[in-house]
Amino acid sequence: MDTRRVSTLTVSDLAIVRGGRIVFRRLGFGLSAGEVLSLEGPNGAGKTSLLRVLAGFLPAFAGRIELTMSDHSRLDGDEQARRVGWLGHQDGIKPQLSVLENLAFYARLYGQSGADLRGVLDQVGLTRARDLPGQYLSAGMRRRLALARLLISRRPVWLLDEPLAALDVRGKAMVGDFVTAHCRDGGLVIAATHEALGLDCARLELGAA
Amino acid sequence: MNIFELANPKRFMRFSAALLPWFWTIAVLCLGAGLYIGLFRVPPDYQQGQTVKIMFIHVPAAWVGMMAYASMAVASLFGLVNRHPLADAAAKAAAPLGAVFTALALITGSLWGKPMWGAYWVWDARLTSFLILFFLYLGYMALWSAIEDETRAARACAILALVGAVNLPIIKYSVDWWNTLHQGESIFVKGGPLIAPVFLWPLFLMAFGYTFLFLALWMVRIRTEILARRARTLQLRMGTA
Amino acid sequence: MRGFQALLYRDLRLATRAGGGAALALAFFAAVAVLVPLGIGADLKLLGRIAGGVLWVAAILAALLSLDRLFQADYEDGSLDQIALAPMTLETSAAAKIVAHWLTTGLPLTVLSPLLALLFDLPQAGYVPLLVSLGIGTPAVSAIGAIGAGLTISIRRGGLILPLLVLPLLSPVVIFGAGVVSGALSGLDNGAIWLLSAFSLAAVCLAPFAAAAAVRLNLAG
Repeated sequence: MDTRRVSTLTVSDLAIVRGGRIVFRRLGFGLSAGEVLSLEGPNGAGKTSLLRVLAGFLPAFAGRIELTMSDHSRLDGDEQARRVGWLGHQDGIKPQLSVLENLAFYARLYGQSGADLRGVLDQVGLTRARDLPGQYLSAGMRRRLALARLLISRRPVWLLDEPLAALDVRGKAMVGDFVTAHCRDGGLVIAATHEALGLDCARLELGAA
Repeated sequence: MNIFELANPKRFMRFSAALLPWFWTIAVLCLGAGLYIGLFRVPPDYQQGQTVKIMFIHVPAAWVGMMAYASMAVASLFGLVNRHPLADAAAKAAAPLGAVFTALALITGSLWGKPMWGAYWVWDARLTSFLILFFLYLGYMALWSAIEDETRAARACAILALVGAVNLPIIKYSVDWWNTLHQGESIFVKGGPLIAPVFLWPLFLMAFGYTFLFLALWMVRIRTEILARRARTLQLRMGTA
Repeated sequence: MRGFQALLYRDLRLATRAGGGAALALAFFAAVAVLVPLGIGADLKLLGRIAGGVLWVAAILAALLSLDRLFQADYEDGSLDQIALAPMTLETSAAAKIVAHWLTTGLPLTVLSPLLALLFDLPQAGYVPLLVSLGIGTPAVSAIGAIGAGLTISIRRGGLILPLLVLPLLSPVVIFGAGVVSGALSGLDNGAIWLLSAFSLAAVCLAPFAAAAAVRLNLAG
């Protein structure tokens, strides 16, 4: 079991090209354990692209992304991906499986079979929907289930793409609480959002092309 | 100059512009001479008569049909490993040419088959392999046209081309296994060629001509592809400026 | 290995739930097999002779039916992103999906094939070779099909292109697979079973790499 913790995420001289067009270049920033970075900017500024590059889905055109651990070691691409908790536009929920089945699958996939699934479902307010098939969930409920998956993944680096979308007032407050708690435990959060997370955090403004 | 310096599109444009006239000249001369000798100077075969002369069109077309796939696979490998747009353009440009030459081989092959076997298509092993090769080209081109994002299309097609390249010898072997009616590799057999030398000369001329015809057409298509990309880039810049 | 299992079980569960592809592939297989005698007439001698080839072709078509959704469903609902972040390589994930696809299509098709062979009056000597050849050969169909499924993930009507990409690559499977049956019927040991095994083994070992490469380039989103 790896006991090292992530201490910093450093991005330097990053450039992203999409469809033959430069989305941005020479982007650099750093983030330490316990910090939140809010990505802001108009549609098409490259927020989602940046998150996908950070998660390792999309290769960077140039530049470096480094995760430094508490023992000063650095992680390579595959090892980086295993530190990432991802909350994307799509919730990754199977309509044919129940809420509990969906969550149990991800717990096993992420090697967290021992996770307290019922407790997490309780935290996100889905206890009563536990046996409901995914196809009957509302957009907000799907988002809550995706949040539950993020919690059980126990990943230190959270990459959140519009985490507040489709959530009601209580749901939005819940996201703020989760992010705060995650940072208190030494996690890092990068969130692309149009609405303020309601937290005191660093901001990165990506300009429109 | 090594191949990697050539990978610079600008340099390729200059280089290919200088080479193209030569390629066209060699192709036209070889094809002209090969056709003249093959059709008018070579005596008819004592068994097959004049129909044997379809060979001069058919055999080189089949060679180039395979060579185009090999070129496409090599370009795809470079595209995947070196991530170079010129390699992507070269792979993309080779496919339709390969398909056309393969189709030519199929058509002339079945025309040759009618007087020889009494049917246009007798599931001869070699023709059947070429039919499958033709479908591989079709799939490759369909995949290119179906994926809108250009880099993604190039990568996906490169993977397909390489999977096809690995599988082609197996397909060839399996078809031969399935049908042992084929004539045998009559040109490059141990102990020298079986075909009479009168046939061999025009055949080599034609093969040479076909090869340079392919190279010239390939270059033209790569040049067109590079220019089209430049035009698109300009359009994008004008659109966002 | 735990991630492999999790993905395998989930895909098995999805395939066998309502709307999953497993039962549909079987029904399609049977329907094609019934249609052939209707097309060529009820000459039992002829049917018995072509049964091996017809059932092989029908099995491949049936297996293709559910292939286009192999990765696409996960791609569209965002599951693929989550799977890519799991603590296992994408190659392992692709292998898990190939195994799941075979268990829910190739294996049931193999088990059903003797029943359909009855309709064709396949000579007695052909039953075991048919079963064995389908059992050995259909994993190659799932494996090579997975490459096509990976390549066509982002194409909206990928199901139309997929057969064009995959069928030519599968021609050795049909040739050797049907060859096993016809060899047994003619009493000749033509070695097809070994060729089929070699092809299938190579396909199953290599395809996860190609499929994973295809999936990876589509993660760019």
